[in-house]
Amino acid sequence: MKLNPFKPAGQAANDASPGHEPAMRVLDKAPRVQRRGFLRGSGLGAIGVVVLPAAPALSKEAARALTADQSFTHLGKHAGRTLVRMARDIYPHDKLPDKFYVQAEAPYDGLAKKDAALKKLLVEGLQDLDQRARKQHGTPYLQVKAESDRVALLRGIESTPFFKKIQGDLVTGLYNNKELWPLFGYEGSSWQKGGYLHRGFDDLDWL
Amino acid sequence: MTDQAKFSLDDDSVAVIIGSGAGGATLANELAQRGIKSVVLEAGKHYTQADFENDEWAMFNKISWLDKRISAGGWHHTQTYPNLPAWIVKGVGGSTVHWSGVALRFQEHDFHTRTTYGAVDGANVLDWPITLSELEPYYELAEKKMGVCGTKASGLPPMPPNNHYKVIEAGAKKVGYKNIVRPAASNSEPYDGRPGCMQLGFCMQGCKIGAKWSTLYTEVPRAQATGNMELRPECMVLQIEHDKSGRATGVLYVDGKGRKQLQKARIVCVAGNSIESPRLLLNSASSLFPNGLANSSGQVGRNYMNHATAAAVAIHKKPVYMYRGFDIAAVVADEVPLDTRRGFVGGYYLEGLAIHLPYTAAFMKPGGWGRDFASAMEMYDHMTCVWVCGEDLAREQNSITLHPTEKDQYGLPVPIVTKTYHENDDRITAHGLQQWRKLSEAVGATRVIDMPAYPASHNMGTNRMSEKAADGVVNRWGQTHDVKNLFVSDGSQFTSSSAANPTLTIVALAIRQAEYIASAMQRKEL
Repeated sequence: MKLNPFKPAGQAANDASPGHEPAMRVLDKAPRVQRRGFLRGSGLGAIGVVVLPAAPALSKEAARALTADQSFTHLGKHAGRTLVRMARDIYPHDKLPDKFYVQAEAPYDGLAKKDAALKKLLVEGLQDLDQRARKQHGTPYLQVKAESDRVALLRGIESTPFFKKIQGDLVTGLYNNKELWPLFGYEGSSWQKGGYLHRGFDDLDWL
Repeated sequence: MTDQAKFSLDDDSVAVIIGSGAGGATLANELAQRGIKSVVLEAGKHYTQADFENDEWAMFNKISWLDKRISAGGWHHTQTYPNLPAWIVKGVGGSTVHWSGVALRFQEHDFHTRTTYGAVDGANVLDWPITLSELEPYYELAEKKMGVCGTKASGLPPMPPNNHYKVIEAGAKKVGYKNIVRPAASNSEPYDGRPGCMQLGFCMQGCKIGAKWSTLYTEVPRAQATGNMELRPECMVLQIEHDKSGRATGVLYVDGKGRKQLQKARIVCVAGNSIESPRLLLNSASSLFPNGLANSSGQVGRNYMNHATAAAVAIHKKPVYMYRGFDIAAVVADEVPLDTRRGFVGGYYLEGLAIHLPYTAAFMKPGGWGRDFASAMEMYDHMTCVWVCGEDLAREQNSITLHPTEKDQYGLPVPIVTKTYHENDDRITAHGLQQWRKLSEAVGATRVIDMPAYPASHNMGTNRMSEKAADGVVNRWGQTHDVKNLFVSDGSQFTSSSAANPTLTIVALAIRQAEYIASAMQRKEL
């Protein structure tokens, strides 16, 4: 069978041709980035700022800073950006848009407002991380260019309560975010769809 | 619940059963069917299927026993799960809400491990006072009751193979395994008034449609419907009381409104799992029983077992979607028969057990991070997952003890769960993980990641059955050696753990115990 080059492989494989068993129901894990949606999703629309269509596209870095900035009114932009950078370094999924990392870290801003001990842990933890980065690379953590250098800095603090808190919370903050599940090929709740009885529980075709 | 019987606190003709899981609720229903009245005290809430969500963390937070417990000893839980040694349910139905449905019988030698293995250094191995042939008729009844598919007793066809099953089965066959089963207590087609499995894939979050057997919607309502059983949820038992002659007389508990109540009793049956049951006996110490109720042997809280376990995921070149369908995939039973040439006593099952994405992130490598971790997670849809379930040897020092000062919300000392693996346990899990790797690579897996054991969901021992009063806590009927009208009705009465998942045996023992209690009552012995 000749594959249609314009069809995603998953879809082509699902075509039932005469004489063939319908193939395995394969999910497309590619993120669907809608540029306009992405810009709007950064929160600008919500606060009434108009993004001019003629404006030059934001660089990836600028977009990341923007989303983090808006979510950290209490701890501040630098803390927000650093936490988001850390989150991506801890669980680096290159295909995930920043918004998932921002969503995982943003709750700290509100929590720190109410919880002095948490605020202290975060502020001091971030200061320590920046201090280590300055000592080694002459810049704060956020500006350390190479991922391997940032990871080495994180390895250095991996046993601290600060790091353990960030990493531990990320396990649910990130992987329990239902919005990102499709990107991992995971479909979540199934009872309302009648389970998988008629949706591929036994359609394996590659053995 | 509104039409159930109501018994007065002063009614000393009732059996008081503590716990509504596999042991407690089965016993209550079996007694109720024989016309024996009981009050079932359940510490947790009464959830229904409407409360069940197909969501791992939401259900974890809703139904788990999250009251503080302390992990101690040499196991990794002191680091990874310091306050969650066990992963069980606090709610009506107990852990039959959460269990995966694996229903396996013990083997002949599991009942006489001391005779078979001899004295094992560093272990406290003992024979059960019963044999497999004595329990066989009750296994039949249990399989029929629970609807274990693929058994003669239920007449249900086997659960159809899902994708996860197919990959594991193919690998198992390639490495020469032959005994590949899927022993599920879930309806492969409508059975006993409950629907057939719709392959939801959230068995351990509570079966939303009730295809999987759980006492929550089988034994409990059926016992209530006889008019012989009263269920009291959100009632945490503090102490079992006794008279001067050492006979149990009643049970002191805190009800849902925080009021202390004393329910009088003709007999008391403890079925609160291997942590809460010995904890309660220890908390019931008195001048007559200074070391705890029924503890003349000193074995209450000792010999805690939770299976020699480990887990692993394998990443394949093509998708599997292990989460689609019944949680239990192929179970390889070839390593179960006794074979000491492998360097250990006892055996193990390789049980395909699907976990969903959120749990995979949490349990694959607790504390793990970085590209190594993230790249594995990106292959979640290509994963198969195994749980090694092996025999755990009884050791005296593996125990449930009471914290000297720290108290919980009920004012009870917080239990400390101490566990250190025996060398034999380590050998079993190492062998199991190695075999899983071979099996997975035989069907082209490109990466196999060993995982540490999950918090213990199989909890056994701690009130063990023994021929002699000096060696254990209960006799062949689960009746305590020291107190005639006090019974243990859960997995804490296990003398050995076997490699088999415990639920079927708990249910078989509860049916048998009910028969004994009913006849002993008739003979006026109780």
